[in-house]
Amino acid sequence: MPETVTKEQIQTRVIDALVEFGEEREDVSLEAKFEDLDVDSLDLVELAQIVEDEYGVELSDSDMDKLETVGDVVDLIAGRA
Amino acid sequence: MGGCGVSGAVDTATVTAAATAARTREGCALVTGASRGIGAAVARALAADGWPVGVNYRSDVDGAEAVAAEIRGAGGDALAIRADVSEPGAADALLPRLADEFGPTLVLVNNAGLTADNLSMRLGDDEWDRVLETNLTAAFRITRQALGSMMRARFGRIVNVASVVGVRANPGQANYAASKAGLIALTKTVAVEVARRGVTVNAVAPGFIDTELTSDLPKGADDALLDAIPARRTGTPEEVAACIRFLVSDQASYVTGSILTVDGGMTA
Repeated sequence: MPETVTKEQIQTRVIDALVEFGEEREDVSLEAKFEDLDVDSLDLVELAQIVEDEYGVELSDSDMDKLETVGDVVDLIAGRA
Repeated sequence: MGGCGVSGAVDTATVTAAATAARTREGCALVTGASRGIGAAVARALAADGWPVGVNYRSDVDGAEAVAAEIRGAGGDALAIRADVSEPGAADALLPRLADEFGPTLVLVNNAGLTADNLSMRLGDDEWDRVLETNLTAAFRITRQALGSMMRARFGRIVNVASVVGVRANPGQANYAASKAGLIALTKTVAVEVARRGVTVNAVAPGFIDTELTSDLPKGADDALLDAIPARRTGTPEEVAACIRFLVSDQASYVTGSILTVDGGMTA
């Protein structure tokens, strides 16, 4: 795990993950809403696992409930990484 | 290496280079309750398909070590690994150790099970809890922990060993029946949750199989039972293992959320 991880690195990682799940890269902006992107609970669970494995940040159920946009995830991780 | 063992016997065939090459995934199989009976037969069958196998046992270390040694003798890879699956910490005792030894657990066979029979009016809390904990809750907990690696690998095989008793009544086994019916429902829901990540979740529902679990029936009950089985015989652990071997194989990748009954026609 890197000692200091930048917000840009987190953003890239989150976007890469969503593209891996099937999203089109040009659709995945920071403002993009998960429900518009067709990202469902299973995708978010996998994203949470990636976040935990790679940044050591645990996302609780209440954390996950509040995540609406891609930017929300990036901000949350950056705040805790 | 043939397909399903249609002759009924899955021999501990030497693991050929072809089988190992065919199974190109970096990971292993965990079979709970594999020191004897169906679990031991499943461990041998999966090893014959090239999977390194965690042979889990609770107390029968000799049985588990014998199964592991037999697998290694045939050219496969196995580790006897202790845990009482009914304990909350079981998944932590099993999965990290196997990951160190063989890589992530990509095949999970929830087979550990026990009975504690009594008519419902006399069934105690302890008998109820013990059976539910070992047969159902344990399967859920280990599944929960194993799913992460399977999803990341975009491959997983979970097979839950249920029972025809989970589908048809059997007086004296309310706890066992409830646990197996629960296991069937668990199978279907988990299957649907994770299907698009290449993880299949299925159950087998064995009927009357010749193992220690079923060996202490009184003689009269034996005859009555055989009359109820169209095949007029009990099944062997190898016949159940062959079905699990198929469900774990690549050929079964479109089979998920299903229950494969192995009962000689008893519940047809």
